[in-house]
Amino acid sequence: MTPQPPVPPTASDPLPGLPTERPAGCPFDPPAELGRLRDELPLRRLAFPDGHVGWLATGHAAVRAVLADPRFSSRYDIMHVPAEGMPPGGLPPAEPGDLTGIDPPEHTRYRRLLTGRFTVRRMRLLTERVERIAAEHLDAMERQGPPVDLVAAYARPLPALMICELLGVPYADRDRFQRHAEVLTGGALTDDTGEAVTALYTYLAELVRAKRAEPTDDLLSELTETDLSDAELTTVGIVLLGAGLDTTANMIGLGTFTLLRNPDRLAELRADPELAGPVVEELLRYLSIAHTGVRTALEDVEIDGQTVRAGDSVVVSLQTANRDPLRFDDPDTFDPHRSTAGHLAFGHGVHGCLGQQLARVEMRVAFPALFSRFPGLRLAVPPEEVPLRTDATIYGVSALPVTWDEG
Amino acid sequence: MRPRVDRERCIGAGMCALRSPETFDQDPDDGRVLLLDAAPPPERHAAVREAAGTCPSGAITLDGRGPGPSGGPGGAHTT
Repeated sequence: MTPQPPVPPTASDPLPGLPTERPAGCPFDPPAELGRLRDELPLRRLAFPDGHVGWLATGHAAVRAVLADPRFSSRYDIMHVPAEGMPPGGLPPAEPGDLTGIDPPEHTRYRRLLTGRFTVRRMRLLTERVERIAAEHLDAMERQGPPVDLVAAYARPLPALMICELLGVPYADRDRFQRHAEVLTGGALTDDTGEAVTALYTYLAELVRAKRAEPTDDLLSELTETDLSDAELTTVGIVLLGAGLDTTANMIGLGTFTLLRNPDRLAELRADPELAGPVVEELLRYLSIAHTGVRTALEDVEIDGQTVRAGDSVVVSLQTANRDPLRFDDPDTFDPHRSTAGHLAFGHGVHGCLGQQLARVEMRVAFPALFSRFPGLRLAVPPEEVPLRTDATIYGVSALPVTWDEG
Repeated sequence: MRPRVDRERCIGAGMCALRSPETFDQDPDDGRVLLLDAAPPPERHAAVREAAGTCPSGAITLDGRGPGPSGGPGGAHTT
């Protein structure tokens, strides 16, 4: 570990806003300015659009320290949000069951009901099912013939089917939830957000009532046997469904784009499917599609010789933390042979991604299956024409036109 | 090396069971950590160290050191 450069605490002026401009032609890299800020001062003051002067953590050590520390809260109702257009009085408290916006011990109660369902062992048991779903969608792609939008044909349906089966949500109903779920992770708060929440809530509430009346073999049915109320269970369902629909899908889409732009690495993966595990971890680190999180100090906390005061919100930049040269050598190079241990793509601390082992299984199957079926897969458009989800809270490609030579 | 696990801190992310499945498992009911081997052999030390270092909730301590409760023993100890 290189020692931190000496910096006068809080001496620098607050940054006027969060840099979001990616370097042209570098769809996989964080905004250059954000990386420069990290190398200059990994924890610094940041002015929020609501007038709050909080903090921006960009270095790996600082981000990890904030996420691991129980003195930092995930509560929505005390959080300042680094986005325009938030309601004047701030956000309301999390709905009961929304475990992403609460702290222990309330958080622990929900989390413990769910962790047993997402263990490494249980998720590995799903490998064959993922392989079959992947094969069916690759068959359909082959029948359709090139060019194909890989996001619509493969990246989106694969994780959607898996989370639906796990939860017990009929995939046939996807018109009633997929678009709404994507609105929630798609970007800034808009008029559609309220509508999407209502629509999802109505749909899941109906489903929860149905599961209670007639349980089936799935997570939602099992949770009806716990002490969760219908309202809590409905919200848990929304959180899990949303998290399952629009995260791995973006990793498969953007990850495929990354591999196509790194042909040497792709050739290695084709030659040795065992590399899928390391490739997936490195894609997670390199792309860090959930770019940022926010935590709020419940009391004064000293980090790196600076004092974050009680009430201060801290934006944690996962993408720059995962590109921190103090943590990863040559961090801007996509290199599946490196050690990725300690990457923060799934977050860290008690809110670390619940579904991360499911995501790993899905991706470890999805990439090798795709490239062994279509060894000559390539982009059907120039790389600069691939549409990017630049405004979304979860980054990715909104479409990935690909083609191949029909045999 | 003597790994210890704190089931009260554990959030069931499964990093340990992923890194060193011979040493750690997850309770099939609640997903929380189970210590399978309280004295892992030297060839597993690197993986166990990595499991402790990457545990999101700091639930694994090694030889009384690490990010666990008050830096050492005292947490629930499952064997």
